[in-house]
Amino acid sequence: MIGFIAARLLQSIIVMLAVALIAFALFRFVGDPINNMVGQDTTLEERAELRERLGLDDPFPVQFARFAINAAQGEFGFSYQHRRPVSALITERFPATMELALVSAILAVAVGIPMGVYTALKRYGLLSRSFMTLSLIGISLPTFLIGILLILFFGVILRWLPTFGRGDVIAIGWWTSGLLTADGLRSLIMPAITLALFQMTLIMRLVRAEMLEVLRTDFVKFGRARGLPDSHVHFSIALKNTLVPVITITGLQLGSIIAFAIITESVFQWPGMGLMFIQAVAEVDIPVMAAYLVLIAFFFVVINLIVDLLYFAVDPRLRVDRAGGH
Amino acid sequence: MAEDAGPRLGRRLPDVFQGDIWHSFTRAPIVVLSAAFLVVAFLAAAFAPWVAPYDPFDLASLDIMNSVMAPGEKGLAGETFWLGTDDQGRDVLSTIIYGARISLVVGIASVLFSLVMGVGLGLVSGYVGGRLDAFIMRVADIQLSFPAILIALLIDGVARSLMPRDMHDELAFYVLIFAIGISGWVQYARTVRGSTMVERDKEYVQAARVIGMGSGRIIWRHVLPNVTGPVLVIATIHLAIAVITEATLSFLGVGIPPTTPSLGTLIRIGNDYLFSGEWWITMFPGVALVLLVLAINLLGDWLRDALNPKLR
Amino acid sequence: MSLLDVRGLQVEFPSRRGHVVAVRDLTITVEPGEILGIVGESGAGKSTIGNAVVGLLEPPGRVSGGEIRLQGERIDNLPDALKRALRGRKIGMIFQDPLTSLDPLRTIERQLVDTIDYHLKLGEEAAVARAVGLLDAVGIPDPAVRIKQYPHQFSGGMRQRAVIALALCADPELVIADEPTTALDVSVQAQILDLMKGLCWDRQVGMILITHDMGVIAEMADRVAVMYRGRVVETGTTAQVLGAPAHDYTRSLISAVPRPDVKVPRFPRVTYIEDAAELPEDFDLSTHWLGQARNFGAGHAELVRLEDASMRFTTTRSMWKSRRRYLDAVDRVSFEIRNGEVFGLVGESGSGKSTVARMITGIYRPTGGRIRFGDTELTALQSRAAAAPYRRQMQMVFQDPFSSLNGRMRVRDIVAEPIHFHKLAPTRAEAARIVDQLLDVVGLGAQAAQRFPHEFSGGQRQRISIARALATRPRFLICDEPTSALDVSIQAQILNLLKDLQQELNLTMLFISHDLPVIRQMCDRVGVMRHGKLLEVAATDALFEKPKHAYTRHLLSLMPKLERIMQPKMAE
Repeated sequence: MIGFIAARLLQSIIVMLAVALIAFALFRFVGDPINNMVGQDTTLEERAELRERLGLDDPFPVQFARFAINAAQGEFGFSYQHRRPVSALITERFPATMELALVSAILAVAVGIPMGVYTALKRYGLLSRSFMTLSLIGISLPTFLIGILLILFFGVILRWLPTFGRGDVIAIGWWTSGLLTADGLRSLIMPAITLALFQMTLIMRLVRAEMLEVLRTDFVKFGRARGLPDSHVHFSIALKNTLVPVITITGLQLGSIIAFAIITESVFQWPGMGLMFIQAVAEVDIPVMAAYLVLIAFFFVVINLIVDLLYFAVDPRLRVDRAGGH
Repeated sequence: MAEDAGPRLGRRLPDVFQGDIWHSFTRAPIVVLSAAFLVVAFLAAAFAPWVAPYDPFDLASLDIMNSVMAPGEKGLAGETFWLGTDDQGRDVLSTIIYGARISLVVGIASVLFSLVMGVGLGLVSGYVGGRLDAFIMRVADIQLSFPAILIALLIDGVARSLMPRDMHDELAFYVLIFAIGISGWVQYARTVRGSTMVERDKEYVQAARVIGMGSGRIIWRHVLPNVTGPVLVIATIHLAIAVITEATLSFLGVGIPPTTPSLGTLIRIGNDYLFSGEWWITMFPGVALVLLVLAINLLGDWLRDALNPKLR
Repeated sequence: MSLLDVRGLQVEFPSRRGHVVAVRDLTITVEPGEILGIVGESGAGKSTIGNAVVGLLEPPGRVSGGEIRLQGERIDNLPDALKRALRGRKIGMIFQDPLTSLDPLRTIERQLVDTIDYHLKLGEEAAVARAVGLLDAVGIPDPAVRIKQYPHQFSGGMRQRAVIALALCADPELVIADEPTTALDVSVQAQILDLMKGLCWDRQVGMILITHDMGVIAEMADRVAVMYRGRVVETGTTAQVLGAPAHDYTRSLISAVPRPDVKVPRFPRVTYIEDAAELPEDFDLSTHWLGQARNFGAGHAELVRLEDASMRFTTTRSMWKSRRRYLDAVDRVSFEIRNGEVFGLVGESGSGKSTVARMITGIYRPTGGRIRFGDTELTALQSRAAAAPYRRQMQMVFQDPFSSLNGRMRVRDIVAEPIHFHKLAPTRAEAARIVDQLLDVVGLGAQAAQRFPHEFSGGQRQRISIARALATRPRFLICDEPTSALDVSIQAQILNLLKDLQQELNLTMLFISHDLPVIRQMCDRVGVMRHGKLLEVAATDALFEKPKHAYTRHLLSLMPKLERIMQPKMAE
């Protein structure tokens, strides 16, 4: 087990280094960083001095090492567009994205998994069929369109909910929270639903498929043949065996929530990292793009590690050595 | 003895119409409806210049006086705009038909891109195994942990920074196909690798090896035809995802430029008019997009069940 | 009053192509402590009976006639909840595959205790005690320790014991065992059968034993019901049915079982089964394409020789040498196959016998030793092109008729593939003519060429497989368990066909099987393998009469004692 985790950690580090390399290559070779940093009227001497100061004349590995070490400490240089340190921009916008993503993730998992289990168990029920039809519509609705529809209906026509921004936020140290004010919570409703809906339907459909697969296995049939009650067969046997694939899927989906936040934030003008990133892409603000990339990669690596650890908790075949009995 | 129940695509056409798959098709009215809708949509998109009431890109025929007209209103020349007009006086119905054309072309092209790349890598990975397989699958794992939309965004971002703006606008179409295509190969590769590993150990492949055939020929003649069933299902569902991804990128302003708008671009343009009450500019392209994607998804969903012998 | 009394049972599976009647007018009884064997070939409806009795028919299957009584009470029309209460409590079930019957994520203890607790409500402590007692009763050593383990820590035989313990949790009156030992090796099979027989007698449990294996019936059953296409064609005591079968079908079924005691030139012609076809009477080798093979230095006494051939697979990869794990699938095996003989390889699963075949044909490249074919050392050939002429002379028939043919190709293309590949026919038309001839030889007829493999039965597919193997006019044919996936009556036909071909074409054959009686009927000399090693090689009769190695004696002792019962009447 320790060997497995060590291997996974090593792999995670390689992934992070690879992503950092891409980010660095972006920063270093896409356009001239100096041109992007200084104005038109900067003299050649000043440019050369800046180049010297930033170490842009050093050999590539040295530059990359410097970049990686800085990145590990959260330093990504200055934003071309905002003329401010990228780390400050991220610190400012991080809480908005995290709160949105967390609320959506909880919503998607808390609704998606039970619905998936239900539709698998009552496969031919009327409610199941309507869930399935609804879920097909759910995965056919692009996230941004859900947002637009919600805005049109609840924002423009009914005027119940705010259509953009986070509303009132309270600062707790460097963290700003919208969860503690009524206005902040009202502002969160539509973005959170928008972001959660697509993941929810995906999780539901995947859980259902896995559950149906397990319900066809011999050990489920043998459970029935021993006269065990349906509740036991469904939940103690079938659901538990569904967990391993469900954990993988859910882990991946949680990762994509952070990425899909880009769209939601863009629709609702939510002042988070996603909105910052999309603006950076449109304005070719390389340091911000690089920083976002590294940060997101870090999130995915952490989520994947947690998923791997959860496997050990669920599946005894990974825990114990294949000893005895042979 | 288990009856062989795999999907059988290698049959004569008359058999297909008597087969279980055709039967289940005719028994699902919603699927028939979706298929019919798709046929109409594809035809309309393919023959857009003949089908659309107006040519929205013919600047001479546009009249700024006709801009932002509500659905059903009559224009200056007495013509009726059934779905209204946009800010530049373009007929919304016509822009939708032209937009769908671009959305579908980008979708289909990027699906083909992913399919060829994914199936190729999956076959090699599954058949050859060993270090090559481990490497390809590691790359796939890593890519899979990043959502397709993010990868596509990134590639678009890089392309954008590598070339001047007007050149990017010109090439946006191809950049987008590449970006969406490359972000989607993993699904194909994983599935095909899995089926290839199963097929590789089957005795008909061993029989071919006993004859003396080389790996390339075995993969092409024997393995490939036996792994196509799931690929068809993935491709259908992937088409829906590709169309959505294209629309999303265009909506975010990093996809198809407004000069030759796709459905996503149209929604983005119309979104600015949402608050002032001109809902049709964004809603009709939105509805068209959803119907298109829904029809593809319904067909894909049915196809998956119909080709899965375990569910029959 | 019988323990189980089934009268006029009819089970249907409605489908859009009309109702399939899986079981028709079935009447059987089981007494306490009695084992009723239900025997039949695939598709006879055996398993459906078990599922119908416990009320677990897969939808849309349903009981459409007759009645089932357990201890006099009618049970087929009970509501679902009451039917469920019978399962486990009154009727226990044992499935075929112990590897998939147990929940992989919960300990054996949890699975046993949950089942005991649900039926008997003993409370945790008493339930655990009972669970340990059950494991002890089914012969699991150290039950108090092993009970804490997960299924993957048990071997196949142990898992089947655990499955039996689970079926016996609540002391059922009746146990239905559906092919309980088919997935096990012969030595394990014997132990499990002993155990089941003992338990039935000790606990006075009635048992329905569903199997395709006449040997198992002969060992186990007190009475037998023979099924054919959903009907019981004959019932009676085991001695009566096996010794003096009354029905034609039973007779032909028994005659098709290979005899372990004496070699017969051919299996009796089975008339009851429809798709039978023998080598055409007017088969004339001199005019047939197969007879025009070039002669390859026929002077040699031996055709194939293995010298210390070894095959090692890496099971655990690691950067460190000490942590790598290997499996020696074949460990320094040496033997020779003489020209024109049938050489048998026998052993249990995992003994390495199939790996030997794959090494000779070049599917695997040996990790050690040498393989010679005629004058040529195959292991020294570097390129595929250099090996091609030898590849052409050796072909292989595989075990599984369902996976050995590419389902996407027509039979014509399947059989013609080696001809095209080795450029044995000048034109496509010529190749097609050869294919037609080959299909004639294997008893299918030329019209089969147009069709796809899925349109054929298992036995017919195996014939196609043989036709493909003959297409290169090989001198050496390897048969890897060619009949172990087939019903016994089909097996007899295929074995006859192979015998005929071997004699007519003077083929040299390597015949691999786990089934000793089949080996006895087919082979001139036999090698016995275990754990990758070749233990002994002997002429077939010598091996069966005077086995030298202890393991060979052990294997022979496990052979079904069918002949004990059949002998008197069958010798007529």
